[in-house]
Amino acid sequence: MRLFVSEGAPGSLPVLAAAGRAQCRAELLISTVGPEECVVPFLTRPKVPVLQLDSGNYLFSTSAICRYFFLLSGWEQDDLTNQWLEWEATELQPALSAALYYLVVQGKKGEDVFSPVRRALTHIDHSLSRRSCPFLAGETESLADIVLWGALYPLLQDPAYLPEELGALHSWFQTLSSQEPCQRAAETVLKQQGVLALRPYLQKQPQPSSLEGRAVSNEPEEEELATLSEEEIAMAVAAWEKGLESLPPVQPQQNPVLPVAGERNVLITSALPYVNNVPHLGNIIGCVLSADVFARYSRLRQWNTLYLCGTDEYGTATETKAMEEGLTPQEICDKYHVIHADIYRWFNISFDIFGRTTTPQQTKITQDIFQRLVARGFVLQDTVEQLRCEHCARFLADRFVEGVCPFCGYEEARGDQCDKCGKLINAIELKKPQCKVCRSCPVVKSSQHLFLDLPKLGKPLEEWLEKTLPGSDWTPNARFIIRSWIRDGLKPRCITRDLKWGTPVPLVGFEDKVFYVWFDATIGYLSITANYTDQWEKWWKNPEQVSLYQFMAKDNVPFHGLVFPCSALGAEDNYTLVSHLIATEYLNYEDGKFSKSRGVGVFGDMAQDTGIPADIWRFYLLYIRPEGQDSAFSWTDMLLKNNSELLNNLGNFINRAGMFVSKFFGGFVPEMVLTSDDRRLLAHVTLELQHYHQLLEKVRIRDALRSILTISRHGNQYIQVNEPWKRIKGSEADRQRAGTVTGLAVNIAALLSIMLQPYMPTVSATIQAQLQLPPPACSILLTNFLCTLPAGHQIGTVSPLFQKLENDQIESLRQRFSGGQAKASPKPAAVETMTTAGPQQIQVLMDEVTKQGNIVRELKAQKADKNQVAAEVAKLLDLKKQLALAEGKPLETPKGKKKK
Amino acid sequence: MAAAAELTLLEKCLGLSKGNKYSAQGERQIPVLQTNNGPSLTGLTTIAAHLVQQANKEYLLGSTAEEKAVVQQWLEYRVTQVDGHSNKDDIRTVLKDLNSYLEDKVYLTGYNFTLADILLYYGLHRFIVDLTVQEKEKYLNVSRWFCHIQHYPGIRQHLSSVVFIKNRLYTNSH
Repeated sequence: MRLFVSEGAPGSLPVLAAAGRAQCRAELLISTVGPEECVVPFLTRPKVPVLQLDSGNYLFSTSAICRYFFLLSGWEQDDLTNQWLEWEATELQPALSAALYYLVVQGKKGEDVFSPVRRALTHIDHSLSRRSCPFLAGETESLADIVLWGALYPLLQDPAYLPEELGALHSWFQTLSSQEPCQRAAETVLKQQGVLALRPYLQKQPQPSSLEGRAVSNEPEEEELATLSEEEIAMAVAAWEKGLESLPPVQPQQNPVLPVAGERNVLITSALPYVNNVPHLGNIIGCVLSADVFARYSRLRQWNTLYLCGTDEYGTATETKAMEEGLTPQEICDKYHVIHADIYRWFNISFDIFGRTTTPQQTKITQDIFQRLVARGFVLQDTVEQLRCEHCARFLADRFVEGVCPFCGYEEARGDQCDKCGKLINAIELKKPQCKVCRSCPVVKSSQHLFLDLPKLGKPLEEWLEKTLPGSDWTPNARFIIRSWIRDGLKPRCITRDLKWGTPVPLVGFEDKVFYVWFDATIGYLSITANYTDQWEKWWKNPEQVSLYQFMAKDNVPFHGLVFPCSALGAEDNYTLVSHLIATEYLNYEDGKFSKSRGVGVFGDMAQDTGIPADIWRFYLLYIRPEGQDSAFSWTDMLLKNNSELLNNLGNFINRAGMFVSKFFGGFVPEMVLTSDDRRLLAHVTLELQHYHQLLEKVRIRDALRSILTISRHGNQYIQVNEPWKRIKGSEADRQRAGTVTGLAVNIAALLSIMLQPYMPTVSATIQAQLQLPPPACSILLTNFLCTLPAGHQIGTVSPLFQKLENDQIESLRQRFSGGQAKASPKPAAVETMTTAGPQQIQVLMDEVTKQGNIVRELKAQKADKNQVAAEVAKLLDLKKQLALAEGKPLETPKGKKKK
Repeated sequence: MAAAAELTLLEKCLGLSKGNKYSAQGERQIPVLQTNNGPSLTGLTTIAAHLVQQANKEYLLGSTAEEKAVVQQWLEYRVTQVDGHSNKDDIRTVLKDLNSYLEDKVYLTGYNFTLADILLYYGLHRFIVDLTVQEKEKYLNVSRWFCHIQHYPGIRQHLSSVVFIKNRLYTNSH
């Protein structure tokens, strides 16, 4: 037989490895052809590798060739191998060819390359770890392993694309790569050049069709039902029978919560929201809600848990807002802090403390860290060129400058960071800078400033990362971001600003300056804790005993994963540093983007006015949590998920289970006599519960929610198959069967109520009240499924848990929130009006109109260029239109005069 | 045709009694078979091969190593090339390639009827139905093969019978 290959064709890897493994390499004649040569006479498009058989027939599929070699050596086909090979052809290959195309042909790196394959890699990892088999189709390596290894090798041989957290995949890949047939295939095909050896071939290939945008998917990965061993079943039954006895005593709630030596101590922070913006759904899912689920879970495990957050209050944005509203910065913060606190209370966020950064403790701790950094020589002094808007007569804070990103050319980059490429920017490096308030071009002025010497802290930082990252639950995006920062080289970062509203700098010559917010915002976590308890150092200077989980959206990763650790390491005061940095991707709104600075999207305070309960919002936001990839909020999808998952699946099951107890057994849980089917179900539920624990311990919040829904689906099926409503009318044996099924079902409902507690606390409490679940069972979740409602237990009154969302209701909500969408413009004040046209917003708009009016008058007075005047007049007219809309008036009104 | 419906057709032509339940997974609605003993199976061709074994008709998966590999190759072709391409050009390429492949063959493996013929027939049905008379003549070998399979006992079931004209109308084409 003759094998046709081509230089750099990735298919040669599995084929050669399979030939080696099945010992038929000697019989192969190998011919090398060009990448565009048509070897197979009946195929229009070129294809290699191809095997021409002695019969004259051709095998043009890589897996079919490998399969053939294995068949020749006497191997028999089996279902599991077929399944893996079909999955490889239909799921893995499209993803992989996209990743390789990005990497090899387009020269992209990092997330761009990794994100198309993440899901597929995770699938392999899960399958390996779930079956706890070293190989894909069993105890020994076989065809499936070779085919998948060969497909993955070009990408995964670069450790950057083989994340440590995919441990099972990692060791499987290492095992195969070290085997002789694989090693030889790799040497032959990649020739020590790594993935670049594929370039001559991939360049000639058409762009993979999978690149043409796989739509953002809200569907989590499906997983198969695992096989159960007799032992697993026996263990599950034993745990079930022990029931409530196996629950440890509930630990009394401490106040304040403090870490205890020898116990698990979990400190959880959620990124501090900036005070003068109302948070939108994206912010809520990105940090506070995600962290809340984990905090609630952590408490269910009886770990000592402290969950804190607060408003980030210092900075120019506050000063500006204060000017706009005619209040002092302190008054602005007081006002907005309450708005934030109310929103989070409505969403049922279980903070132990929701503090703020404008406190004496903040000053004390920030200045202490700063003094220690100065004393250890980690602070530099330099003259800084800074943008100053002469028109507004002030230095411009980064967020008040916009311009073209010097790295990627994005038009609306902010002065501190580019929203598109995520790189941090020094405001003066922006091309075509503009003052965001008046749109004039700022000038560069110089002033003395202090810098954190990050290059000098690079070594301790890297040592700390090496110690922390392996085996931790840092999300892959956070690892990528930190890695790329270090790779690009650390530079000194300015930590002071010419402002008044901030933490004062305790250094001679800097009396009129304050710390730059990003230097002290992360210190806010410490000061907020210090305001909660004077023993705050037990949490924050206790790295050996405290695990710190920090939740944020990915744009916040550099400050938490790099800059703050550098300050803390440099201060040499044994600070607790982040153990697990949990960063989400972005949540989009319908077809557009949520953006705090541009004011686009549904905001926290509006969710309350929709009439949809907080738990439904929580459920849907967590269901679409942008874990691993961006996701999108969609009204239609929310309706669908509510009506299918909550109403028809979860709600239906829990309600039926309870109703059967009330209707057929007078409200008392019946006797249960378990059959082998029931025991199997017990074991399946137990396995899913353990999976839920594994996922939540790894903070895979969205995936764990799926486990809950899976158990409820099992439950529904179980009821459906066993039909207790029929059996209850039958013979004695039938009636007993009905009792067992009802009893088991209502116990599953009880388990679900506890598993649901982190996600939907109110619904969880409602179920527990309906079932009269004994108190210790409500607040502890073990890893085994227990019988918490034994025979004879009396339940309460059962009623439906969820309401159907109707199409017209959702349609009207979509309409209501689309007004701002359609007219979204880059001017923040204007857009806020569209979404919440309160009196302040109208005031802000009026001010904008006045300002713009002045600009136009000035230009006209200077006899400026006609086009320029026309552009400014257009802006003015637009503003007036928005103002009229906001006030609900016809268009012709005000002449730039304030009316109240 | 949804994958579950296709598998039900296959069960019937294999003479299996009903009772398997299928669910669908993900955007592409990949079929999943819940088995009584052991893990579930995912994927159209995987489940199809499993059903063939369940019916003790292993010969439909090929008898020699070569035949087995060829059957699997066309099953893969079915799910990667025929499915997922609704674009007319892609389908034309599929028909052209198959036409040229089938020139000297009765069935996909040559002389033996296999699962590959069944699944490719089911997969192509929706495209063949829409072909014009000219196109059917252009892909003459595909037409011959398709017509043959649809008359194979128990395969077509409720699917519409596609009419092929024995005498060529357009002598210039092909």
